[in-house]
Amino acid sequence: MTDTVKGIESLMSDGPPLERAKIQVVPLKGLPIAAAAVVLVTLAIAGNWQWALVFCHVVGGGLWTGIDLFVGLVLGPILGRLSIPARAEFSARFMPKMVIIMPTVVMMTLATGFQIARKMGNLYANSPNHPWLIASFCVVGVMAVIALGILEPANIAVLFEMNKPVPNGELIGRLMKRFIYTAGITGLMQVATLIIMTRVATQ
Amino acid sequence: MSVVQSSRVPSSSERSYPPIGWLSTGALAMVIIGGILMASYAPRKAPLGVATALLVAGALLLLSAGVLLVNVKDFSRTTFLKVFKWAIFADLVTAAMIEFAFVRDHTNGASLLIVTCMLVVFTLSVPTTIAFTVARYAED
Repeated sequence: MTDTVKGIESLMSDGPPLERAKIQVVPLKGLPIAAAAVVLVTLAIAGNWQWALVFCHVVGGGLWTGIDLFVGLVLGPILGRLSIPARAEFSARFMPKMVIIMPTVVMMTLATGFQIARKMGNLYANSPNHPWLIASFCVVGVMAVIALGILEPANIAVLFEMNKPVPNGELIGRLMKRFIYTAGITGLMQVATLIIMTRVATQ
Repeated sequence: MSVVQSSRVPSSSERSYPPIGWLSTGALAMVIIGGILMASYAPRKAPLGVATALLVAGALLLLSAGVLLVNVKDFSRTTFLKVFKWAIFADLVTAAMIEFAFVRDHTNGASLLIVTCMLVVFTLSVPTTIAFTVARYAED
């Protein structure tokens, strides 16, 4: 397929528009991996399979926290200092991958985390971990609203804008600012998650 | 000196729209708070009055967003539906997983009904926010 659009560089220069491949907003190649994760989590919950529950929770949680911290506190500030064309080029390659990775790792972490907490009795009011789990639910709730209500819509809108014949650089810059700030907030909230989870594991 | 009046049609990024994205995000926030309340009481019975109030507030916010969306002018419904379709597919998987976990944990009766309704609001609010944010800047 030779479907191409003018490059974002055309917005910032007087030269002829560059051409690049159209961005695939949802990378279909990643869907089987996400589907495999869904199957594993379903089997783990259905069979109360201790190893699989812990595996999915640790792998999903580790990736979720690590990616949020890295993107929010390392990549975000770097992106904020780049020119709009550079940010756009980076996003074109980075964000479609995040569209698949983030919902998958979040689903793995939360679904199995709840089951582990239930199995270990941490959900009972008399458990010393109960207040920490409530705090964790609140942190996850705030992150979910930010990620699903602000971050993800802005990311997908950037990708659609970049697929237009003449992308609006000013709009991409504005939407990406939203990404940079909210990624910073979720990065900081992940620090709270690390404190809560290490407390839960050591009580 | 004459002033030339421009009859230029505003581009998609210049048009102003009702706060549909904020209303659907508000609906999401309501059901997430409700979900936290239900989960924090598990396996005991959560106070259903508060959970129901949060669910109703979420449903009303989502309904308001839907009404505004139907009446909005100069809006790419084709793009909205295209994005909504993909987003709802992803959110249905997430919602089904949460529902499965609650059923597996023997949640039943009114509690399960409220959780299910909250998941319906969740499944509709996230795609609405995403699809609206994309479609408001679409040109077709």
